Amino acid sequence: MVKKFFERFYIGIILLFLYAPIIILIGLSFNKSKSRSKWGGFTFHWYKELFQNREIMNALYTTLIIAFLSALIATIIGTAAAIAMNSMRKTPRTILMGITNIPMLNADIVTGISLMLIFVALRYTLGFTSVLIAHITFNIPYVILSVMPKLRQLNPSTFEAALDLGATPVYAFFKVILPDIFPGVISGFFLAFTMSLDDFVITHFTKGPSINTLSTKIYTEVRKGIKPEMYALSTLLFVTVLLLLIIINRRGVTKKAPITKI
Amino acid sequence: MNVPLNVKNRLQQKRKKDHDRTLKIGKSNNIKLLSFPYIIWMAGFIIIPLFMILYYGLTNKNKHITLENITLISNPINQKALLLALELALISTVICLLLAYPLALILRKSHKRNNSFIVLIMILPMWMNFLLRTIAWQNILEKTGVLNNILSLLNLPTLNIINTPTAIVLGMVYNFLPFMVLPIYNVLVKIDKDVINAARDLGANGWQTFAKIILPLSIPGVISGITMVFVPALTTFVISTILGGSKIVLIGNVIEQQFRLGNWHTGSGLSLVLMVFILLSMAILSKYDKESEGSHIW
Repeated sequence: MVKKFFERFYIGIILLFLYAPIIILIGLSFNKSKSRSKWGGFTFHWYKELFQNREIMNALYTTLIIAFLSALIATIIGTAAAIAMNSMRKTPRTILMGITNIPMLNADIVTGISLMLIFVALRYTLGFTSVLIAHITFNIPYVILSVMPKLRQLNPSTFEAALDLGATPVYAFFKVILPDIFPGVISGFFLAFTMSLDDFVITHFTKGPSINTLSTKIYTEVRKGIKPEMYALSTLLFVTVLLLLIIINRRGVTKKAPITKI
Repeated sequence: MNVPLNVKNRLQQKRKKDHDRTLKIGKSNNIKLLSFPYIIWMAGFIIIPLFMILYYGLTNKNKHITLENITLISNPINQKALLLALELALISTVICLLLAYPLALILRKSHKRNNSFIVLIMILPMWMNFLLRTIAWQNILEKTGVLNNILSLLNLPTLNIINTPTAIVLGMVYNFLPFMVLPIYNVLVKIDKDVINAARDLGANGWQTFAKIILPLSIPGVISGITMVFVPALTTFVISTILGGSKIVLIGNVIEQQFRLGNWHTGSGLSLVLMVFILLSMAILSKYDKESEGSHIW
């Protein structure tokens, strides 16, 4: 009994630690006072202001487009690569896996600088496309690492059976293999989307002066004070995701949840 | 065991054959072509860019080969920044490990089937922007902040930790704790229950089971976790900017500043020094992580 209580207590403390800043940010989004450190009463004002704020809405739009496109392209390239790697012999597979691990283990600042240097060397103007390319680059490994375990679990006989029964390899791939690895593909996509959304450092080095994502916009405001609309926006984003996940997990009780196995 | 040797051999061969059998779609060479876009992409945007840092780090503005960018690390300010970054990263890694291991142990027991839930809880905060979450710690830690308000309500002495190295360590632990919990949790749930039960049956008590079975089997996850926390903590410039005020400078801040000022050669040279430490931790990781090919990371 005591042990159980202690375990619960420990989990509770860690969750409080992880979620306390989030609670504070949600609180700040309802704060009438413009200052971060003073409570001026409850208001919905910033939520109304938010949609009028061109700069923030533009940054939001850029962020979401980059997150979606980079996750999508990374999912396609990464899934194809995982399937190919799965059929390779050990040595080439280990080498490719090693390369996959580089952006995950390397420091963001180094990845960001190195990408900036290559864009500059190619005389490529930093902007939307350079950020997109950078995000695809660091997202591909997350997709591969999500899809790989599913491929390992596959029973090769089902695919061979489909071929024996007259399916073309492509048809058999879409009918037999893809449904089996789909949970991995989806979780890879969502993980990539999340990573892209939360990235600051790599975007900071590859974006150039012309565009801003939410992260880089917030960074420019750190010294002069964050606009309260930003708190409102991140609260909306957070609550949306939370609700989506609750819905998916509810449905997942009957049908196994697709998102999450990583 | 009286299994005849030839039967045993045949069994082993069969097992090996099953093991070698992997998925082959069409002619196996065709399927390998699927990795083509990936290889091109990674070569162009991972490998070659890293060589660009090497090139910039080892040359000066007139394209002459030089070591002066690298030796700049011995400049007192840079040296201090590197040493402080190493120290804070080390402290944060140890704290993360101490917090994460018991958590992973508890979670392993309580959510045997629901491992997706754990991952969600850890990843969910990322949907609130990382800079904002770190800024929220200013609110908690500052002089008239949440923490001090609670402390003074309880008649306890107030703390003054904002803009100190302590605040930076706290920010690092906060931001990187999930990267320690997930790999450890991932290895712990994969430990075969039968192995633990066998240890129990053979008379090991709880502590012995932990020390002799669970801990050794979880080492690959621990090593992954350590790298996943140490490297970003060592190289951050954001956390120190937000929670350290302007006086505390880490090596990440130095490099970021060099690039902001347009001194790419200097910045690259200092990055090369940093990469020595990153490569070291990668080498340690790969030594323990041969079998899984990186699957412990997530």
